[in-house]
Parts: sequence; C-alpha cells; structure tokens
Amino acid sequence: MKKVAIVGYAQHPILENAGALNEVELIMPVVHQLFDELGISQNNIDFTCSGSCDYLQGAAFAFVEGLSAIQTNPPIKESHVEMDAAWAMYESMLKIQMGDADTALIYGFGKSSPGRLDSIISLQMDPYYISPLWPDRVSLAAIQARVLLEKNIVTPEQMITAVIDARTNSKNNKNALVTELVDKEAYLASEKISTPLNEFDCPPISDGSSAMIIASEEKAYEFTDHPIFIEGIDHRIESSNIGSRDLSKPTGILASIEQLKLEKTKFDVAELHTQFSHEVPYLQSVLNLSDVPTNLSGGPLVGNVMMCAGLDAIGKTYESLKSNDFTNGLAHASSGPCLQHNMLVHLEKKS
Amino acid sequence: MSEEEKKDYAESPINLEYHYTAGSATTRFLNQVKEGKIVGQSCPKCSAVYVPPRGSCPRCGVATNIEVPLTDKGCIESFTIVHIPIPGNPIVPPYVCAMIRLDGANISFLHLIQGIDVEEIRIGMRIQAVWKPKDEWTHSLENIKWFTPIDEPDVDVATLRFQES
Repeated sequence: MKKVAIVGYAQHPILENAGALNEVELIMPVVHQLFDELGISQNNIDFTCSGSCDYLQGAAFAFVEGLSAIQTNPPIKESHVEMDAAWAMYESMLKIQMGDADTALIYGFGKSSPGRLDSIISLQMDPYYISPLWPDRVSLAAIQARVLLEKNIVTPEQMITAVIDARTNSKNNKNALVTELVDKEAYLASEKISTPLNEFDCPPISDGSSAMIIASEEKAYEFTDHPIFIEGIDHRIESSNIGSRDLSKPTGILASIEQLKLEKTKFDVAELHTQFSHEVPYLQSVLNLSDVPTNLSGGPLVGNVMMCAGLDAIGKTYESLKSNDFTNGLAHASSGPCLQHNMLVHLEKKS
Repeated sequence: MSEEEKKDYAESPINLEYHYTAGSATTRFLNQVKEGKIVGQSCPKCSAVYVPPRGSCPRCGVATNIEVPLTDKGCIESFTIVHIPIPGNPIVPPYVCAMIRLDGANISFLHLIQGIDVEEIRIGMRIQAVWKPKDEWTHSLENIKWFTPIDEPDVDVATLRFQES
C-alpha cells in the first residue's frame, strides 16, 4: 500500500463570531498560509477536497461557493464531503493510494454563529422518528454522559479534570477561542444546561477554518525532511438509531483498535475530537491513553469549529509530533450524536 | 377520540433561522450601492473585475482587494421573457429578466429590463440603470428599479469573453 504523509497544516484563529467574514474569506488565509510555508501553489496540488455542512450556512450547495477560495484555473480535480474535513482527508488519502494523485489539499470550514446550532444538529438525526422531536446536541450528549456516570465508567471528578485541563492546555494553542482558566468551585457553581452537563462541559459556538496538505511518500520528501506518516486510519459507524445502541459500549472504536493493531502501540500524544467533557475520560479509557498526554491543544472544549474540529485533531497531533521528540501520535475524529462515527488515525514520525 | 378524528400522520415543519452576513467584500460593495455608486472589485492576479464582488477571484483563489468604480451603463449579455406571474411579485408579465454586463466588468448580474416592448429586446443591446429616488436607497441593488435601453450601437457579446492576460 502506498504510504501517505502529512506535510502541512494551518488553522484560522477560532472565533466566537466571525461577523462580516464569510466562509470564503475564512478559507483563503489558511490555504495561502500553507502554500506560502511550503513554497507552492494550487498548481502543485493534484486533488482538492473540502469538508463542510450546507445546513450551517443555510443554503443549498453552499460548499460550491467555498471553492471560490481556491484557484480553479486551470481546472482542478476536486471533491467535497458533507462531513468533518477529517473525512475529506480520508478521501484524499485514498485518492493518493489509488495512484490518482501525489498531493492533496484538504480544507474544512464552518460558521456556527449565524444559525442555531442546536436545531441544525437535530437535523442530522433520523428524519422520521427523531429529528421531528428536535433533540438538541447537548441533550443528546447528556444522555450518553448519564449512562457513563451511572455505570461508573466515567466519574464527575474526571469530567471536572477534563474541563480544567482543557482550559489549562489552551495556552499551548494560539488559535484557541476559550482561554479563561476555570477552577472546581466555578465548575460546581455552574448551572446545568442539560443534566449532567453544564456550560463548562460543552464546547463553545465557534467559527473558523483549517487546511492541510498530504502527499505520497516520494512527494512528501520534496516538501519536508520530516513528513509525518499516516500509519493507519479506520472509520466505524454505530447505528443511526440511538435507541438501539448501548451508549456505554464503544463497539466501533474497539474494532478500529483491532484493525489498526493499536493494542501495543505506545503513543506519545493524542488529540481527541471530544466535544463534551465526559467524552475525554471515556475515550482515554477505551483507547488506553491514561499515561498519554491528551488534547494538549485543549481540544474542542476550547474551540470547536464544526466540520473542522476532527481535521484539527489530526492537525494538532501532526504539529505535536513535528515539534517534539515524539514518534507515535493518535488522532480521533467523530461525527453524529453520542460518538456515533469514530475515526482513528495513527500518525508516525520516522526517525 | 372517535375513529374519524384519528390521525395516522404527524406534521413536522422544519424552519431554521439564520443571521446572514454578506462577507466583508460584499459589505464594502453594498455600502457604495447605498450611496448610488457601483464599485466592482478586481483580482490582483488576473485583473478580472467582479460586480457584485463576493470576496475572491474564483479563477485565482485570491481576495479581490482592488476597488474599481464602474458606470451604470452596460449591455444585455442574455435575457429571458417571463410570462408566468409569480405570487407576490408586483411586476405584470410579460417582463424581461436579463444578465446585465456593466462596462468594465467581467461578470454579469441579473436585473430587470423595462421601457421597451419585450419583443424588441436583443442580446448585445446597450442599457443604463434607472435608479429609485435617492431617499429610498438602501444596501441593495434594488436601488436600481430596472435597466432601460439607450441609443448606442449594439455590442458583440463574443468580444466580452474574458481574455487571459
């Protein structure tokens, strides 16, 4: 199998409300930053793939407008996923492995500020039985949090630690939206939004964009002496019928661990697409990360750009491996309610 | 509940509300439109002029950061005659929607043509904006009521195709 490596990643500062900046104006700076860093242009890119959600913009085919941020003349090969851009990276990687491309540009973008994210996320549910009830994203997460707490798989103390750590780690992330530290007293004094979750347990409404460039092994060494290789990638989906899932059993993730043979891998760093505080200790335990520095960027709890946060987990893992004496990194991207989709990405720096 | 009143369906309307923002480039454009001026934006790489500007040159993928004042004159690049009334639309059919190519611009936009028998309208015809009274101007191209033909020779629209420099 052809090896694929990440050679660059850029992230827009995460904003609470990008205001007048439209999606195109959010994408252009990160793509240009990447091109400038690598000294290349769109002409060096064989395949371009984006991740976004038209419901966030409230316009059909809004993702096509996003392409206006990219040089499309001469014509380019291009695709889009109506998912987090982590899956745009997955598609791009397959394109390279199939021999159709040697380089790929991936970008993700999302503005949650213009609409009501709670309502928009409801519409990803089953349209006959669940969406008409308008379950909001926090309440859905709260169902899983409650199950995990009742079964003692996660403790309230672990959730507090996840929140405090996220805020503390936000200092490592120049693009973080939420940087204010929080202590246990403030956490406990906070009102519940949807029991057992309070505002600190939930990610902030965020606007932003990110971009990444990946390349085949041969091509990667033209860009950098130290490409970070995608050693393994696996995506599993739980049932879309939330009532038929045991929310305390990570069946898909366990299958991915087995598929990627991660049981014995010693990771130096992990970045998880954990939007809610209870998901951090839960996944740390499932993925056996108790001794592994996790979400050094603060993770989605300090900035959660929809359709980007999964790609950001991969990008932040890449950055950690690149700038530290690390060898193995684990990135996780998720989608759907209660960690329905999970994708594990094993990144490795060759010595 | 009697047998007749029983419903075997549920209604589930979906409404989502958005606070739409035009983007910083289009905002600059609309602020000028409010003053009765049409200011396109040009690409620093290929020099194509966009009106209305959307913030980037989709050919080159760069911000259109050069402001280009334009006139309110141009020509009809394409048109259609509308015969079907649209509910709520005060304009009585038949009327004409046209792609308006302003002088100096490299793209066209949709607007109305009035002041001429619809059968007379043709591609390449020269036209000029008819503005609403100044006190009705807002941040909208609806400040222009419609475009109307002017007494100038037709343009061969084939010559309007973007020439790569």
